[in-house]
Amino acid sequence: MTGVGLKVYYDLMSQPSRAVVLFLKANNIPFTPKPVALRKGEHLGEEYGETNPFHLVPAIDDNGFKITESVAILKYLADKHQVSDHWYPKDLKKRAQVDSYMAWQHLNLRMFGAMVFRTKVIIPRETGEPMDTKKLAEFEVQLETCLDKIESILLGKRPFLAGDEISVADLLGICELMQAYAVGHDVFRGRPKLDAWAKRVQARLQPHFDQAHIHLLKLRERFPPSAKF
Amino acid sequence: MAGLKVYFDLMSQPSRAVVLFLKANKLQFTPKPIALRKGEHLKEEFGAINPFRLVPAIDDNGFKLSESVAILRYLADKYQVSDHWYPKDLQKRARVDTFMAWQHLNLRLFGSLVFRTKVIDPRMTGKPIDKKKLAECETQLDICLDKIDTIFLRESSFLGGNEISVADLLGICELMQPYAVGHDVFHGRPKLDRWAKKVQQQLQPDFDQAHTFLFKLKEMFPPSAKL
Repeated sequence: MTGVGLKVYYDLMSQPSRAVVLFLKANNIPFTPKPVALRKGEHLGEEYGETNPFHLVPAIDDNGFKITESVAILKYLADKHQVSDHWYPKDLKKRAQVDSYMAWQHLNLRMFGAMVFRTKVIIPRETGEPMDTKKLAEFEVQLETCLDKIESILLGKRPFLAGDEISVADLLGICELMQAYAVGHDVFRGRPKLDAWAKRVQARLQPHFDQAHIHLLKLRERFPPSAKF
Repeated sequence: MAGLKVYFDLMSQPSRAVVLFLKANKLQFTPKPIALRKGEHLKEEFGAINPFRLVPAIDDNGFKLSESVAILRYLADKYQVSDHWYPKDLQKRARVDTFMAWQHLNLRLFGSLVFRTKVIDPRMTGKPIDKKKLAECETQLDICLDKIDTIFLRESSFLGGNEISVADLLGICELMQPYAVGHDVFHGRPKLDRWAKKVQQQLQPDFDQAHTFLFKLKEMFPPSAKL
């Protein structure tokens, strides 16, 4: 690589990693990709620990300035690179709506989407044991509650998660949604607004969206959609 | 009556953080206490303010906002408070933002779960504390506390840098929740201990006032130094 000053450490199986990569691509911001294979434990090594002592992805090293946490990264990049205002508006109230989603999502869509994914894919792979169906059912119920809230509260009166235009909130949202979707959770059923929003966001982010989700969406072959709700 | 209405419950960590920010900066607001234990957050009236039915929430002359992280940023930027609370410098700001993002699924999640398991679940169900669950949450909480002590506070005296910021308000309020129910948060963590004392000092007398109700629980849960 040409040694572009912004290094981005990511794994495309990680939802927040995809959100950061999509932001950079959508805004044509050059970066040096530094893939970190979570399934091989590459994030656990000492070397990666120098970049990110939390041993998580995504992380960036911007000419020596290192930060982690996708929400912090997206805000930093949006403000630094003076991207189109809608990604992270300068207007205080519009910005606050984006911040509100980005805060809410950690303990809601992110947490329960990730737990469904872990329970279906990661834990069985790591332990060799069958899926814990009781735990899965609990997480699925919580995930459904989150999806209902997005449908009726956030998308009730507006086309995007934080307002009338696409923002970094939608990048996080779509990537988190895809994680559960990829392992067969019927996220769109009974949720026409969520469905329309997802299509809108994906269309806006092509061809990068499809590229970023290739590996993840392979899982759909193993997990056909299950419409039990 | 001030145009900024603030809906809060002092038993809620992020509520205290927002109230402490307002008081530390002498910002005028109309307090709107919402008693979670009485289910006041579930009423229709509060639903009109925050459809997520959570505290804290604000109504700033008609502009409604929830999520403490969003509220703190909004207030800091709107009221042009001292820069250290939420620095304008991009890199300094990013450090504060990193803690504020990390804390949700770490200190907040496990501190809250320890509190729920010890206080809220037994109160709501009438059953004794689920010890197995508590032990799991406590282990996870200790991992978070170790990370704060060794990573966030490794080279800086506050969670987002070398001056107090909104990150420290969230951090101290979250820390007080498990502390109030006997979790020995400071044991073996000298940096955390020093940080907590510094932050509390800077926020007095508002810190003690905000924590009066919470700390009544300390009588029920004497400190347990089992870890």
